Amino acid sequence: MVRKKKTDQFEESLEKLGKIVEQLEQGEVPLEEALESFTEGVKLVQFCHKKLEEAEQKIELLTKGQGGDWTTEAFPEGAKNGE
Amino acid sequence: MPLAAALDQTAVYTVSQLNATIKQLLETNYRYIWLKGEISNFRAPASGHFYFTLKDEASQIKAVLFRPQQRGLRFRLEDGLQVLCQGRVTVYTPRGDYQFLVERIERQGLGAMQLAFEQLKQKLDREGLFAAERKLALPLVPRRLAVVTSATGAAIRDILKVLKRSPYPLSVTVLPVRVQGEEAAPEISAAFATINRLRDQYDWDLVIAGRGGGSLEDLWPFNQESVARAIAASTVPVISAVGHEIDLTIADLVADLRMPTPTAAAEWVVTRLENVERTLSQRSEQLAARMHQVIERRRSVLGYLGKRLVDPRKRLTDQRLLVDDRLDRLERAMAVRIERIQTSVRHLQERLLMQHPRRRIERHQAELNLMHKQIDSQVRQRLSNLRLRVRHLAAQIQSLSPLNVLARGYAIATLEPEQQVLRNADRVTPGRAVRVQLHQGALDCTVDRVQPHFTLASRRSSPGGQEEEDRSV
Repeated sequence: MVRKKKTDQFEESLEKLGKIVEQLEQGEVPLEEALESFTEGVKLVQFCHKKLEEAEQKIELLTKGQGGDWTTEAFPEGAKNGE
Repeated sequence: MPLAAALDQTAVYTVSQLNATIKQLLETNYRYIWLKGEISNFRAPASGHFYFTLKDEASQIKAVLFRPQQRGLRFRLEDGLQVLCQGRVTVYTPRGDYQFLVERIERQGLGAMQLAFEQLKQKLDREGLFAAERKLALPLVPRRLAVVTSATGAAIRDILKVLKRSPYPLSVTVLPVRVQGEEAAPEISAAFATINRLRDQYDWDLVIAGRGGGSLEDLWPFNQESVARAIAASTVPVISAVGHEIDLTIADLVADLRMPTPTAAAEWVVTRLENVERTLSQRSEQLAARMHQVIERRRSVLGYLGKRLVDPRKRLTDQRLLVDDRLDRLERAMAVRIERIQTSVRHLQERLLMQHPRRRIERHQAELNLMHKQIDSQVRQRLSNLRLRVRHLAAQIQSLSPLNVLARGYAIATLEPEQQVLRNADRVTPGRAVRVQLHQGALDCTVDRVQPHFTLASRRSSPGGQEEEDRSV
């Protein structure tokens, strides 16, 4: 599952980030290693942010066209019809 | 019936025994049965319990709906109402009446729906459709939602309203379906099929399926088997959001997560994203803070080491100072030592000088002088003692001096020139020179005659001459 993998990647990144923080917290990391970890951590933060911002802010209506194809159109917001 | 067989036909029972046996028999065999009939003789006394009779064309049974079971009752009980009841049979032994204890009650038709619900629920449960291990993991960060609901209903408006608070962009694809009526269930099922088909294209990570609250009939599509199976077959995790909290539908049981309302489902999504955002920003801050700490720690170590690195120079100075100090002390010590030596030399010199002959002579002279002085003073002392003694003796002598006697009129006669004091006249011959010493002055005389010595008696016979003699003695 392609999609699921992406989520895993995100969760993995978040988890890894937590581990890096923990590792740095322990303090006995050699400086060079700490810097590497930090760089990786920053990359992970960026990655997570990128993933989070990745989705398009859009609301669509998915409908079946006349030829039986599915098409989307902007969701008519503000439409206030009853049930 | 098992208990009927237990009764002994030859034995005699009390009424209580019989009623108790019947009670047990009925309660054991008529539990949780569905009963349909018409309500009559409905009574609602002050106790709050409902009493009525259920009847059909040919028969009737007493029925009770106790107060706790009245919760969730959505219609008023009244005579003539056709109802479907679920309950059990019991016996009220004091009166020997048996009656039906109603657990739940539905209007007939609705009651059939409930029955269908229960049957479907049992069926799907047996199939394991509600099992926890069947549930799909919900996405940590839902970003692309598919919403299966009416495009014009309150549900989608509520959902979109809440999703606006999302800290991250969200894409929402609405799959419009009817949510009530005969067409609802097929449309909802079809929507799930579409989701499975188009999932890769749209990349949905979560489906919210539901509608706003309504009557049991309104919610019915979500209790239908086709919908339940469609939800179960979804390859995308599904949150059910049907009606209000008290309405539990089959869809709720099959869904991966059940939320009581569409709003709650959207809240769940937003909360999750907010949590992720918070976690991420916390981690990010922690990361920076820890790194800062790591660097600070190194910096402080570096600073410490640096200080120690500079140290030798300072130490050099210190040592220079130390050397100076030592030198100073050494010099002072030397000075003291030299002085001490000088002192001792001087001392020795003095002692040596003391041993110089001149000094010795001087010393001896001094000693001599001292001795001299001592002697002198001793002599003087002695002299003065002697003088004192002499004076004393002189005084004594004075007191004993013959001159004193002379002053009293005596005289001393001495034979001249021998200057022999005369005590006896026999020693003198006439013609000899005799000095008579008087108190004042002396007389040089010549002896004319010598008067011999007389005894006292004879002297008395010639007192004149004798007297003079005696005095001269």
